[in-house]
Amino acid sequence: MSNDKELRADGRAYDELRPIKIEAGVLKRADGSAYLEVGGNKILASVYGPRESYIRRLLKPNTGVIRVRYNMAPFSVDDRKRPGPDRRSTEISKIAADALRPALMLESFPRSMVDVSIEIIEAEGGTRCAGITAAAVALADAGIPMKDIVVGCAAGKVNDQIVVDLSEKEDKEGQADVPIAIMPRTGEITLLQADGNLTEEEFEEALDLAIEGCKKISELQHEALKARYSSE
Amino acid sequence: MDIVPEITRRSITRLINDGKRSDGRAFDERRDIFIEPNVIEKAEGSARVKLGDTQVIVGVKPTIGEPFCDTPNLGVLMTNCELLPMAAPGFEPGPPSPESIELARVVDRGIRESELVDLEKLCIEEGKKVWMLFIDLHVIDYDGNLFDASNLAVMAALMNTKLPVAEYVDDEVVLSENETMDLPVRDKLALSTFVKIGNGLVLDPSLEEEEILDARITIGVTDEGNHICSMQKGGEAPLTRDEILDAVHMAFTTKDDLLSYLD
Repeated sequence: MSNDKELRADGRAYDELRPIKIEAGVLKRADGSAYLEVGGNKILASVYGPRESYIRRLLKPNTGVIRVRYNMAPFSVDDRKRPGPDRRSTEISKIAADALRPALMLESFPRSMVDVSIEIIEAEGGTRCAGITAAAVALADAGIPMKDIVVGCAAGKVNDQIVVDLSEKEDKEGQADVPIAIMPRTGEITLLQADGNLTEEEFEEALDLAIEGCKKISELQHEALKARYSSE
Repeated sequence: MDIVPEITRRSITRLINDGKRSDGRAFDERRDIFIEPNVIEKAEGSARVKLGDTQVIVGVKPTIGEPFCDTPNLGVLMTNCELLPMAAPGFEPGPPSPESIELARVVDRGIRESELVDLEKLCIEEGKKVWMLFIDLHVIDYDGNLFDASNLAVMAALMNTKLPVAEYVDDEVVLSENETMDLPVRDKLALSTFVKIGNGLVLDPSLEEEEILDARITIGVTDEGNHICSMQKGGEAPLTRDEILDAVHMAFTTKDDLLSYLD
C-alpha cells in the first residue's frame, strides 16, 4: 500500500495530478470544441453534429451514432510519427467512442451521426484519458444532450508504488498502467484498460485512485464550460 | 465544399463590384494575424498561426538520412499537410485529398524555390548523411485562405527551429547532447493569395469569399531577394494579364507589412 509517501520523479505526491488546463469552445467552425493541457500533453477535441449520416453502413434507424477519430500529430512525439491511422490509434478511437457513448442521449437523433475528433498536438503520457476528457467537454459545448460529462484518468504502478496520472516517463519505466473513464454522477465506468502487472489489491488501489482523479478533473470540466458560457 | 445560397453569392459579388467587402476590409487588407512560435516542446521547431479565424499548427521534426544521389551535399525538406476533420464539416479522415496535397505542395514550393533554408548547411557528410526536415502542417480551423496562414506558420516554425550539432565520426553520426544550432534560414517568404470575384481582386479571402471565388492566385515573394519565387492559380475562371499583374503588384506592396509579423 502507499503508506510510504515517497515523492515521484517529478516531485508529485502519489495521489497528485499533473497541472491541468481545460478550455471550452476554442474552434470557430466546429459545433463544439475543447482544448486541454495536462502535464506536457496538448489536446484538441472537436464535435460536428448531430448531422445526417452519409455513411450508410453506420446509420441506425432508431438512434444516432457516435464516431470518434483519435489522431496523433507527427510532431507530437520525440520520433516523428507517420501521419494517418495505425493499429493503436484505431483501437483508441474505438474505445473512446465506447467510453463516451453511454452518456449521450442519441435516441432523439435517429439516422444521425456525431463526429468527434481528438487531435493529440503534443503527447506526454495519458493521451487517451485526456482525449476522452477533452472530447466530453466538446460534446457538452456542442449542446448534445447528455446524462453526464464523461471524464478519464489513469493510475498505475511505478517503483512498486500505486500512483495516479502517470507521466510519459513513469508510463515507460513503470510496471503497470490502468486508464479508466467514468460518468462521475453515477460513478459508472465507461472505459477500463490495464497493462503491466498488478496484484488484486494493487489493482483495486489503482482503480480507486483513478476514480478519485477523475472526480477532480470532472470539476475542472464543469468550470471550463461555465467559463465558456458566462463570458457570452 | 458547402453549397452557397445564391443570394449570398450575389450580395458578396455586388459588394465587390461596388468596391466593398462583406467584412468591411479594403481589397488589399488582410485579416488579423497572430503568431505564436514554439508551441510544441517535442518539436525542434513549431508555431501556431491565426489568420482571422483560420488556424494552423506547424511542427518541424528532423531525422538523419541519406541525401539524394543528384544532390549529395544538400539536406532534404519534406512538407506534409493534414486537413483535419475538426477544421471544417466537410473535411474527412482518410488518404490526403487533392486540396491538401495542393496546399502542401504550394507551401513547399515557396520554401524550396526561394532557397531560404541553406540546405548545404544541413549536410553532415557529403554523399553519406544529411538532415531531413519534416514540415508537418496541421489545419485545425478552416475559415478561408489556408495557403497564406500555412506559409506564415511554416516560416515562423523554421525561424525557430534548432537542430542538435551533428558530427560525422568513424562512419557514424554523433549528435551533441546539449549543443544546438539554429536552422540556417537566410530569407523570408511572403505568400499572398487573392481571389477574383465579380470584377474585383481581393487579398486574403475569407471563407465566404473563397466559397464563391471565380479564380484564385497565390504568389510567393522573398523578402531580401525581393523576387517572386512561386505562384499557383486555382479556380475555374481565367484571369486576365492585368489582373495577374495587379495581384503581383499587391503581393509586393503588402509584403513588408505581412513579414513584420515574423520579426
